[in-house]
Amino acid sequence: MHEMGIVLHLAKTLDETAEENKLTKIGRVTLQVGEVSGIMTDLFTDAFDYFKKKHPMLTECKLELETIPGVTWCDNCHKTYETVKYGKTCPHCGSGETWLLQGNECIIKEIEAE
Amino acid sequence: MKIINVGASVTASNDKDAALLREEMRARGQLMINLMSSPGSGKTTLLSRLIRDLSEVKIAVMEADIESAVDAERIEALGAKAIQVHTDGMCHMDAGMTRAAVEALDDDAAQLIFLENVGNLICPAEYDTGAGLNMMILSVPEGDDKPLKYPLMFEQSDALVISKTDALPYFAFDLEKCAERARKLNPQIRVFPVSAKTGEGMEDLEAWLLERLAAY
Ligand SMILES: Nc1nc2c(ncn2[C@@H]2O[C@H](COP(=O)(O)OP(=O)(O)OP(=O)(O)O)[C@@H](O)[C@H]2O)c(=O)[nH]1
Ligand SMILES: [Mg+2]
Ligand SMILES: [Zn+2]
Repeated sequence: MHEMGIVLHLAKTLDETAEENKLTKIGRVTLQVGEVSGIMTDLFTDAFDYFKKKHPMLTECKLELETIPGVTWCDNCHKTYETVKYGKTCPHCGSGETWLLQGNECIIKEIEAE
Repeated sequence: MKIINVGASVTASNDKDAALLREEMRARGQLMINLMSSPGSGKTTLLSRLIRDLSEVKIAVMEADIESAVDAERIEALGAKAIQVHTDGMCHMDAGMTRAAVEALDDDAAQLIFLENVGNLICPAEYDTGAGLNMMILSVPEGDDKPLKYPLMFEQSDALVISKTDALPYFAFDLEKCAERARKLNPQIRVFPVSAKTGEGMEDLEAWLLERLAAY
C-alpha cells in the first residue's frame, strides 16, 4: 500500500533525526501534507498507528497533519487558482496549459521529543 | 520534551541512501538506469532489443514486480543476467530495496544495469533509487497528454522514450506536442521516439546510452 510505504520512509528519517539529536522517544510529529499529494490522510493515520506499536521510539507518538493547499499556475493568463476546486482547467481563461505550483509535498515540519 | 524543527521531506533518509549507492556504483564504473512507466508500455521488449543490439556492452537487468518472474525469464533467455525482485506489495522501489537487489545481482562485470521499476507513473517518481539515470517510457497508445497528468515523472526523468511508434497511424498521438509538454516540465529531458518492434529510432537511443556510459 502506498501510505504504508510513506510511513516506513517517515520512520527511517525519524530514526536518523533521533540519532543525530540523541533522542530516545518521540511524542509528536507534525507533517505538512500537500492537498494533491495523493496521500489519503485517513489511511496514512491508520498505517502510522499500526506501525508505531512495533517501533519503540514511536509507540506514544501523536501524528499531526497540516495541509498545504494545492495551487496551480496558468501558463496562458499567468494567474494562479485553487487546484482542488478547478483541477487542470484554468477558471480564469479556460486553458489546459496549467502546472501545479504547490500541494504535492510531504514534509516533516517538527517533532516533539526527549 | 523539546521541539525540533526538522523541515525535511519524509524521504530524506532514502535520499541519503540513494546518494551513497550512486557514488559506490560510480566508483565501480557501473551505470544504473531506473526504467519507469505504466504497466505494459514495452519496458521488457525495449530491454530485450537493447540487449541484442548492444552486444558489446555487459548488461544486467533487475526486474521489480509485485509478483511473478516472467520478465526476468524473458531477459535471461537472451543470455543477459537478470534477477527478479519482489516488492512485497510496495508500489515503488526505494534506495534500500535497490541496494539489496544490486547485491543479489552480484555482478561486478555488468556495465549497464537496468532497474525495471514497478509499472506505475506516480510512486516510482517519488523515490530516488540511487540510479545514475532515470529513463521513462510512454507508449503511443497511452496518449500524448500524460505529461499534464503525471508531471513529476517527467520532471524526474533524464530521458523520455516514446515507445510503439509503429502504432502511430492508429492513434491520435502528437509526437511534437508530447515532446513539447515534456520539455516544458523538464527542459533537459532527452526525447527518443522508438519502436522496439521495427527498430525505428533505436539507434539514437543506443548512441545516447553508450555516450552516457562512456562519460560515467
Ligand atoms: N506494436 C508494438 N508493440 C509493442 C512494442 N513494444 C512492446 N509491445 C507490446 O506491448 C506489450 C507489452 O510489452 P512488455 O514489453 O511486456 O511491457 P512491459 O512494460 O515490460 O510490461 P509490464 O512489465 O507488465 O509492465 C506486448 O504485447 C508487446 O509485444 C512496440 O514497439 N510496438
Ligand atoms: Mg515488463
Ligand atoms: Zn488561465
